[in-house]
Amino acid sequence: MIEIENVRKSFGPLEVLKGIDLTVANGEVLTVIGGSGSGKSTLLTCINGLEPIQAGKITVDGTEVHARSTDLNKLRQKIGIVFQQWNAFPHLTVQENVMLAPRKVKGIPKAEAAEIAVKQLSHVGLGDKLDVYPSRLSGGQQQRMAIARALAMSPDYMLFDEVTSALDPQLVGEVLDTLRLLASEGMTMICVTHEMKFAREVSDRVAFFHQGVMAEIAPPDELFGAPKDPNLQQFLAATH
Amino acid sequence: MFNYRFQWKQAYAKLPEMLDGAITTMQVAILSMVIGILLAILLTLFRRSGNRILGGFATTWVEIARNTPALFQIYMAHFGLAGLGLHLSPYQSLLLGITFNNAGYLAENFRGALKAIPDTQPRAGRSLGMSDLQAFRFIVLPQMIRISFPTITNQMVWAVLMTSLGVTVGMNSDLYGVTQDLNALTFRTFELFAMAAVIFYVIVKIIQAGAWLISRRLFRY
Ligand SMILES: Nc1ncnc2c1ncn2[C@@H]1O[C@H](COP(=O)(O)OP(=O)(O)O)[C@@H](O)[C@H]1O
Ligand SMILES: [Mg+2]
Repeated sequence: MIEIENVRKSFGPLEVLKGIDLTVANGEVLTVIGGSGSGKSTLLTCINGLEPIQAGKITVDGTEVHARSTDLNKLRQKIGIVFQQWNAFPHLTVQENVMLAPRKVKGIPKAEAAEIAVKQLSHVGLGDKLDVYPSRLSGGQQQRMAIARALAMSPDYMLFDEVTSALDPQLVGEVLDTLRLLASEGMTMICVTHEMKFAREVSDRVAFFHQGVMAEIAPPDELFGAPKDPNLQQFLAATH
Repeated sequence: MFNYRFQWKQAYAKLPEMLDGAITTMQVAILSMVIGILLAILLTLFRRSGNRILGGFATTWVEIARNTPALFQIYMAHFGLAGLGLHLSPYQSLLLGITFNNAGYLAENFRGALKAIPDTQPRAGRSLGMSDLQAFRFIVLPQMIRISFPTITNQMVWAVLMTSLGVTVGMNSDLYGVTQDLNALTFRTFELFAMAAVIFYVIVKIIQAGAWLISRRLFRY
């Protein structure tokens, strides 16, 4: 369970998260929508401790992310995150990309890590690209590789930050299919996305962020069908 | 000048001794590169650490190495340190001087190479649970070495050529030192130094060919 309590986050004088309260239950799929600069990405990087917070508290399975005593390297093993820019490691083959963290972080033997990589890559439809370097893959394939790389650590939570935004339109579908697959398998997920149709289909709840505030959160039918927040109404009108 | 009578045979007879010298030259160059690269990585980490003392130390090293003559650096390693009570053999002084120079030049180049690697690369590693050092070692370092590889090759060539400065601190077992001693004995100056030049040239070409082979094997991406 991810519990976010009154979290405030600033970059210098700019307050980006203005007191966020949110709980994500195990098995839940939460999508986050909102305009650019509303703090969606920042929230995800705070959850896995890549960014510090100024006030409030985030706990993951009871472990306080920003407590001094927390071993972040350990905590991050159970929170996978995939970014808009997939960040393939260019010097490693697809299989090596996926094997690296299990080997170096978890100390899993090479042969076993190789098996994990094959399994995860097949899962996202890249079973035939094991020995290829990322530069030879399309954006959609690189993004799916990044998802497999995160899954190879057997995380309990997955955070996705606009993973289809940098892709050519015809490649968006294959990545969304991968996310749908994960959702159907019961993975706990927070997906920041601009894909409204996807959000409607897969989400248990949808949260709308506006200028550092979570302005509305509701099941998709409710949020899309009867939006209450005026900014959300405007946002949805603009995206249709 | 046209009275000089070439006696290649006499000089050619000294080839085995000169080749022995060439091996010593290669030894110094290779050692100075291996240690130099490791030190350059360390200096790079110092400069990234955000620690003022470590960063200042590394920057001072780089500045001296790049902005003073290599001859001065080798001299300091021999006579300068001796003045402080640390007596190094000519071989050790030459090795130390060249290593110092290599590390400084390479550290500066590494810094430039790092600018070409986006922060999102180590960040992706961190988000998979790697420590800072692991992300550097497994994600940043291999890419940095690739970007710097042409410079590393050049520096290796320089290291070979810099061994010729060893004679100034009494080194006489390297290619240049051996040649100079043979010259003092035989006065076949032109022939001997021409042969030395050819040997240096061949060494450099071998290094370049080797670097090309290594890069083909290592950098397939
Ligand atoms: N590392 C950073 N340093 C300074 N400002 C940042 C940084 N990251 C994000 N911001 C600012 O924080 C605000 C929220 O950014 P972000 O969380 O990326 O928004 P979103 O993902 O919703 O588009 C923006 O105004 C952005 O410019
Ligand atoms: Mg964003």
